Amino acid sequence: MPQGTFLRLLVFFLGPALLVYSVFSIYPLLATILNSLYSHQRDGSYLWNGLGNFQTLLFDPTWSVPFWNALKNNFIFFLIHMCVQNPVGLLLAALLSLPRLRFRATYRTLIFMPTMLSVVVIGFAWQLILSPLWGIAKMFLQTFGLGFLFAPWLGLESSALITVSLISVWQFVGIPMILIYTALLAIPDELVDAATVDGLNQFQAFVWVKLPLIWPTIGLVSILTFVNNFNAFDLVYAMKGALAGPNFATDIMGTLFYRTFFGNQLQLGDPSMGSAVATMMLLIILIGVMAYLFLVQRRIQRYSF
Amino acid sequence: MRRHASAIAVHAILGLYTLLALFPIVLVVMNSFKAKRAIFNTPLRPPLPMNFDPVGYTKVFGDSSLPLYYLNSITVTVGTIFLTLLFGAMAAWALTEYKFRWNTLLALYLSVGIMVPIRLGSVAIIQLVAELNLINTLTALVLVYTAQNLPLAIFILSEFIAQIPRDLREAARCDGLSEYNIFFHIILPLIRPAMATVAVFTMIPVWNDLWFPLLLAPAGGKQTITLGVQQFLGQYITDWNAVLAALSTAIVPVLLLYVIFSRQLIRGLTSGAVK
Repeated sequence: MPQGTFLRLLVFFLGPALLVYSVFSIYPLLATILNSLYSHQRDGSYLWNGLGNFQTLLFDPTWSVPFWNALKNNFIFFLIHMCVQNPVGLLLAALLSLPRLRFRATYRTLIFMPTMLSVVVIGFAWQLILSPLWGIAKMFLQTFGLGFLFAPWLGLESSALITVSLISVWQFVGIPMILIYTALLAIPDELVDAATVDGLNQFQAFVWVKLPLIWPTIGLVSILTFVNNFNAFDLVYAMKGALAGPNFATDIMGTLFYRTFFGNQLQLGDPSMGSAVATMMLLIILIGVMAYLFLVQRRIQRYSF
Repeated sequence: MRRHASAIAVHAILGLYTLLALFPIVLVVMNSFKAKRAIFNTPLRPPLPMNFDPVGYTKVFGDSSLPLYYLNSITVTVGTIFLTLLFGAMAAWALTEYKFRWNTLLALYLSVGIMVPIRLGSVAIIQLVAELNLINTLTALVLVYTAQNLPLAIFILSEFIAQIPRDLREAARCDGLSEYNIFFHIILPLIRPAMATVAVFTMIPVWNDLWFPLLLAPAGGKQTITLGVQQFLGQYITDWNAVLAALSTAIVPVLLLYVIFSRQLIRGLTSGAVK
């Protein structure tokens, strides 16, 4: 094929994807990083500021207090997902992949259902259920004689973040479940049969034979959880608004980013500081992905078949 | 005997969890058909003729633009799926079929977007969209979502195209078909199953997204249904009939689609993400 024709072919096939992707994905990411090095002036112009925005963000109390608060909350948000969502997902996947289980597809389809719904809908539905006005949650506890446990969990500083995290766990547990479930199905039956012949019961076979084989998937689930959690915004915004109340108790990086960039009742929007927050988020996510690629991925290579 | 007992335990756990997963959804949809008093007095009872009241739905479809927002969401989702599939399949074909110098580098460049969320570039995306005069247009949303979904689409489609036997393409070339014809008339029909997977995969996050509609098209009748419901809920926060009906109108179509496509979706999730 002549050189010119081949080049035209490549441009035709690759051009559109590269153009849209570069303009609307890569360029904005790079421009955001660059933006974070300037400071936005009141008249709308930009001045070179080096790492000044980051210094402000990390050390100036008016900025650093909300920043560290959001980062801390985001870590709690992530830890709750790691400690509740992924183990529950693993348990459900393990049960679903048991041989000769009836109604397997029905369970799988129904348990995955909440994951399909919009976070706005989920957030609001739970807000209604937990609302003292409607009293469903209270009524529920009362049937078990636990009525005294009820509190407006979403409205209390001490419990709002945990409540929001658990609602997010409830919605997204389907993802680890499905990923681990397929990994379990891919394990050859002979391996488990051999273990059972050697005298292991179903539970032991799971712990000693299957679990080591699905570490790569659990690693993948963990990094997906990390990236999604540090990029989360919708649920907190839908349930608690941009101010992430009460008193910023549910503020995570995504809502901080939104407030910094757009402004709110308390402050004016600032594109430069917004870019700085976004760049910090990018850094956190990149550190997580790198740690996964270099530590987890490399180690587990040995186990894969 | 012991086997029997453990089977019951397994079904008990799965059954209870299924109830937990469905309870909020059923509760909202059920109560959306009831009169206000019944919502509060007997929330756990299904709607019966004596307490049936569609006033919430009259409000939702009467004095709001939710039907328009549905249309917006459908336009954005269909547009995104179309562009993602077309551009994604074309790029995947070029990357797997043709050997050229920057091949690996380009594939790597395109895969950055799988892990790095495009949301973090939002500040620059807004500035860009404003400069292109695309604020409050559906075009802006379609372009951003296409950019967001292309990396994974290319990844999945490439794996699929690589599995097509080489002989098939060589035979077509011997018959004198141009490269364009080979792609559009031979390859595209062959990768239809993979394209269906990518489509289902793209559809749900685009339909449910709140962030970009909020940033790029928050007004001017260009809201998507997700943002529209969010704004509607904010306005009618004390009107429980209207709120429950609005939530239900957002829930039911998605669940219907899910039940229709669930097999394809779960296959897509597993083929795309596990490898």
